Amino acid sequence: MATEARLNLLAPGHRACPGCGAAIALRLILRPLGKETIVVSATGCVETFTSPYGQSAWDVPWMHSLFENSAAIATGVQAALEALGEQANLVVISGDGGTFDIGFGALSGMFERKDNITYICYDNEAYMNTGVQRSGSTPHAAVTTTTPSGSHSYGKLEYKKDMPAIAMAHDAEYVATTSIAYPQDLMRKVKKANEIYGPKYIQVHTPCCIGWGFDPSETIELGRLAVETCLVPIFEKEKGKPMVVKKIANKKPITDYLKKQNRFKHLFKEEERDAVIKELQQICDDNARRFGI
Amino acid sequence: MSMISVMEGSIAVAQAVKACRPKVVSAFPISPQTHIVEELAKFKAKGELEAKYVRVDSEFSAASVIYGASATGVRSYTASSSQGLLLMMEVLYALAGTRLPVVITGVNRTVSQPITIQPDHQDTMALRDTGVIQIHVENSQEAYASHIQAFKIAEDHDILLPVMVCMDGWILTHSYEPIKLEGQELIDKFLPPFVPKYRLDPKKPMTYGSYADDEVQEFRLMLHFAMEKAKAKIEDVALEYKETFGQYFGGLIEKYRCDDAEVILLAMGSVIGTMKDAVDHLRKKHIKVGLVKVRAYRPFPTEAIYEAVKEAKIVAVVDKSLSVGQGGPLATDVKAALYNKNGPPVLSCIAGMGGRDVRVSTIESIVDYALGCMQGGKAPDIAYIDFKPHYLGMTKI
Amino acid sequence: MLTEGAVCEGGKSRLNKTGNWRTMRPEVADTCNGCGLCELFCPDSSIYLQEKRAVIDYDYCKGCGICARECPKGAIEMKEERK
Repeated sequence: MATEARLNLLAPGHRACPGCGAAIALRLILRPLGKETIVVSATGCVETFTSPYGQSAWDVPWMHSLFENSAAIATGVQAALEALGEQANLVVISGDGGTFDIGFGALSGMFERKDNITYICYDNEAYMNTGVQRSGSTPHAAVTTTTPSGSHSYGKLEYKKDMPAIAMAHDAEYVATTSIAYPQDLMRKVKKANEIYGPKYIQVHTPCCIGWGFDPSETIELGRLAVETCLVPIFEKEKGKPMVVKKIANKKPITDYLKKQNRFKHLFKEEERDAVIKELQQICDDNARRFGI
Repeated sequence: MSMISVMEGSIAVAQAVKACRPKVVSAFPISPQTHIVEELAKFKAKGELEAKYVRVDSEFSAASVIYGASATGVRSYTASSSQGLLLMMEVLYALAGTRLPVVITGVNRTVSQPITIQPDHQDTMALRDTGVIQIHVENSQEAYASHIQAFKIAEDHDILLPVMVCMDGWILTHSYEPIKLEGQELIDKFLPPFVPKYRLDPKKPMTYGSYADDEVQEFRLMLHFAMEKAKAKIEDVALEYKETFGQYFGGLIEKYRCDDAEVILLAMGSVIGTMKDAVDHLRKKHIKVGLVKVRAYRPFPTEAIYEAVKEAKIVAVVDKSLSVGQGGPLATDVKAALYNKNGPPVLSCIAGMGGRDVRVSTIESIVDYALGCMQGGKAPDIAYIDFKPHYLGMTKI
Repeated sequence: MLTEGAVCEGGKSRLNKTGNWRTMRPEVADTCNGCGLCELFCPDSSIYLQEKRAVIDYDYCKGCGICARECPKGAIEMKEERK
């Protein structure tokens, strides 16, 4: 009875919601890294569902400290490893809240210092752990518990913060976006980042069935649609080399993506929201043009 | 070989830190902490400091860097002041909760607003419940010694708590004293390399920073018990330092001419030096006054203070901070230490905030006032010392 | 006894059998060719491959249904859980 060797470093029994995109991301991130890895995470869903005292799901050394300091904690780990003359793959796995917003200063410091860390943001586009509040990553027009729709609002008024561009502006060694819907792409990029010395940034699009409002079985499908509509461009940019972009042959209209999620359903109830849908389509079209998708 | 030379308090601290052989140092600049971390940077530039020196984007990151480093199993250090310490505060709770034995210099400076860079104890008072051991020093030589002691206390497997050595900004950090620097060989003997109890290591994957619903109350209790154990450890390490290097600055407290004292002054930090002069001067006038220096503010030396002051007729506590809406925080703790034991009355004095000078004459006026209270048999709730008189609608001297 | 700092051993979530969360149950048909896509997509580390076939670990499977939806062969069916 041979069991095919597929390395799994996230033990079952963790407490993620059924259909959790972030849990899929964790498994895919850890596989190419292997056991000689140290992971640091910010406060968030991943921290909560993997780390109950005495029932940790981590088969690699893992540290959570606070919400806003995972990049700085990792810097400390790296400094200590260097001081000890030891080596380990060092990754941060933090959510979009801990990356785009509250942990932004520490992350900027990590980039600027050229620390040898692969910083991976699992991007589920809101503060899911606290009950789906908007973050700097929440897409335009999405409803969250702090950006509800109503006669005076159509959800989040701002656009999603362009974190990969900010990472590139820091001259990071490697910047990539990927999605759990493309596991080979994700694992290849994590492996590649890990082989490059210096600061790396990978943003993993991870649909959240609870926060976005779709059936748990559709997590991967939503991830795919985000990419196929060009709302989420998939690319990688290694320093000194041209950007490589995932091409989409048959681009889908944004409505295919929006209609599947409760966070956008208000846009289809009121006629005057057509302009907002057009604006979202424009974001996708601009992405397609800007990145050459 | 030990060596005596005149240097700034900050330089003495940097010398002590270097001699403790930390593996990671991280810092963000804030006055009046700067000279310490600048000196360490010079050591690093000259190849004299073995540590990785990480310059960061904030005090929050500085505390976080040494957090990650300590969890990876190496001796780690940072320093800050005032706003910087407050920005670190969330990390300090987590460091203590994770039982990571880092050492931090808390260079005392008041807290905004209004902003000033002058010293008082308002900053470290805000940190008293974090689970970080606080040792307050009287002079730069004690600051030097206390850093070497601090790592030994912190890293003991029965303790495993961060230690903050608190020293008054400017008054100590920027003044020059003759400092006895101890020989490296003896320091290495006194302070062997750090042996972590747990560490981040792929060979044995441990989880740090768990989510704990059920046991939070017990984890907090364990912190408290570790603090209680630290009381004996602080005393032991101070005595061991005395045996090794011949200098002693007190353990949890230091008593000064307390034996037959009717009035006992009690305070922390650099004001102790001034108070010793005042006590000597008053003793010449046959006034029975003594002094208790509180070295450890957390753990609070409840028993030691009671034993030191129980025979006195009044205790005058001088706080260089004000818990707004309550009073002097040190006095509050002293009152709590004496309350159930029929201790002497406690006169709570607020003085020296925002860098206002506390002189020998100031201390003498406090003793004078305490003597008056003693004869009247009770102390007022609070006395504001050297405040501009027309702002005082309440108790005054 | 509790450990200092709540530091604990990794991998012990296996003590927490999440299989009882399930209301729908994935079942793998003979048409499974062992491509392993479901294993990659399983959030709960509850699918493994054995002799070129996906096997569900019902001790932990929460029944999200991603495997059934993503199976290129349509070889996994979600059935009502019976206890």
